[in-house]
Amino acid sequence: MMTAHIVASFDDELAKIDLLITDMGDLAQTMLADATRALVEADLPLAQRVISDDVVMDARQREIDERCVALIAKRQPMAQDLRAVIGSIRIASDLERIGDLSKNIAKRVGAVGAGPMQRRFSHSLSGMTGMVGDQLEGVVRSHVTKDVDALVTLRADDKRIDIQYTAVFRELLTYMMEDPRNITACTHLLFCAKNLERIGDHATNIAENAFYMTTGRQLPADRPKTDETTHTGS
Amino acid sequence: MTQWTLDPETRTTEPASLPKMRGENVNVFYGTKQALFDVNLAVPEHQVTALIGPSGCGKSTFLRCLNRMNDTIDIARVEGEITLDGRSIYDPKIDVVELRAQVGMAFQKPNPFPKSIFENVAYGPTIHGRASAKADLEQIVVDSLRKAGLYEEVKERLHEPGTGLSGGQQQRLCIARAIAVAPEVILMDEPCSALDPIATAKIEELIDELRENFTIVIVTHSMQQAARVSQRTAFFHLGVLVEEGPTSEIFTSPNDKRTQDYVTGRFG
Ligand SMILES: Nc1ncnc2c1ncn2[C@@H]1O[C@H](COP(=O)(O)OP(=O)(O)O)[C@@H](O)[C@H]1O
Ligand SMILES: [Mg+2]
Repeated sequence: MMTAHIVASFDDELAKIDLLITDMGDLAQTMLADATRALVEADLPLAQRVISDDVVMDARQREIDERCVALIAKRQPMAQDLRAVIGSIRIASDLERIGDLSKNIAKRVGAVGAGPMQRRFSHSLSGMTGMVGDQLEGVVRSHVTKDVDALVTLRADDKRIDIQYTAVFRELLTYMMEDPRNITACTHLLFCAKNLERIGDHATNIAENAFYMTTGRQLPADRPKTDETTHTGS
Repeated sequence: MTQWTLDPETRTTEPASLPKMRGENVNVFYGTKQALFDVNLAVPEHQVTALIGPSGCGKSTFLRCLNRMNDTIDIARVEGEITLDGRSIYDPKIDVVELRAQVGMAFQKPNPFPKSIFENVAYGPTIHGRASAKADLEQIVVDSLRKAGLYEEVKERLHEPGTGLSGGQQQRLCIARAIAVAPEVILMDEPCSALDPIATAKIEELIDELRENFTIVIVTHSMQQAARVSQRTAFFHLGVLVEEGPTSEIFTSPNDKRTQDYVTGRFG
């Protein structure tokens, strides 16, 4: 469908950037899933792996940045190429943030501790992780396949994550009210839930950027954001 | 974020300000060979309009229509309507010499007369009778050199030959010469193609300043230059005006596949 550039190495350079983005997308999904699993199963070695994966993630992002900067300097990309380069820089930075947030979840595994109560509490996050993971997977896949309709739908779906976040917030609050000894673990889990919600926002950013890269148009301004936790438990 | 694109609603094909010049259904033939096909293009006032496209697509031909320079080519025949401030420039009542003062031109290769810097600039106003007294003429020369960003560099040697200047200075001298007859529109045909990057940067800065007082149409083979200096860009291909619009859109999200292929360097 796309005509090749007169300068063939230009195509190679763009393809390499695409490949790195796909890599980062895969790694982000793995880190997210591992971080929550480590939390539920109190698996410290797995948490440690997520933390070390983040180093790889950072390196990938720097490599994309450098390649994009070099490509701009060398080729002065225009139109869809320009959008591809700028969009890749932004998507890489969202993926890098997703890596950071997953790492933050992994870092809390020790603090949340182990035991039947912890298992029950952290289980409430599993459902939310599933949603966020699906969202991330869909966004990355639709970016690669340039499926703009799917991107629009996925972007709208983020509100389901916001609703789920509110539900988790309420649930954890209930545990804390049941028994003050639950407060430490549940507070850590609340931060984890917030991180998952933020990962959903980054997935939304990726959907918006991917849409722009493919179409050259911006999606209409911000959809309303629902954060009901500010009205909960008062 | 918005500087890379515009909301779909703000996408427009109509130029932002009133057209200073307009070509309607312009067809140009060289003998039996047709070089332009039904070109419709408005040139908005106080803006820079860039004409881009592969070699031989008709950019210079269209530019030459705007001040009837094609009249000087025997085999050239122009059909259609071209207006300046709504008035046809092919109207028999139009004085072509006067028209070319109103619509001035700078060329690819700077072509100063083999005369002094002063005389190069004074020539136009003299034959057009713009200056009645010698003092007036001097003022026009100095003003024009100033507007062309050249005065400071040449004020000590106004009576030395214009051909002794560097390429970039010669090009600015030719622009001063065009300005001296108080034009409304300035046409430039690849004005930087013979210049080094620094001289090019100076001309580009000058173009941006000139926009305040003049309407400018520039032919350029450098897409980056078009992106830097112009507000509107028109893409020609095989004698057809393929697409025209705000420069920011043409270079970030053009509508036509041919424009996309050209601006991204994919043209076969
Ligand atoms: N004086 C001329 N006599 C005959 N053909 C010409 C003349 N000038 C231009 N052409 C032809 O008209 C077409 C458009 O040329 P031109 O306007 O110079 O293109 P551009 O400026 O985009 O490179 C080309 O095919 C060219 O060969
Ligand atoms: Mg030409």
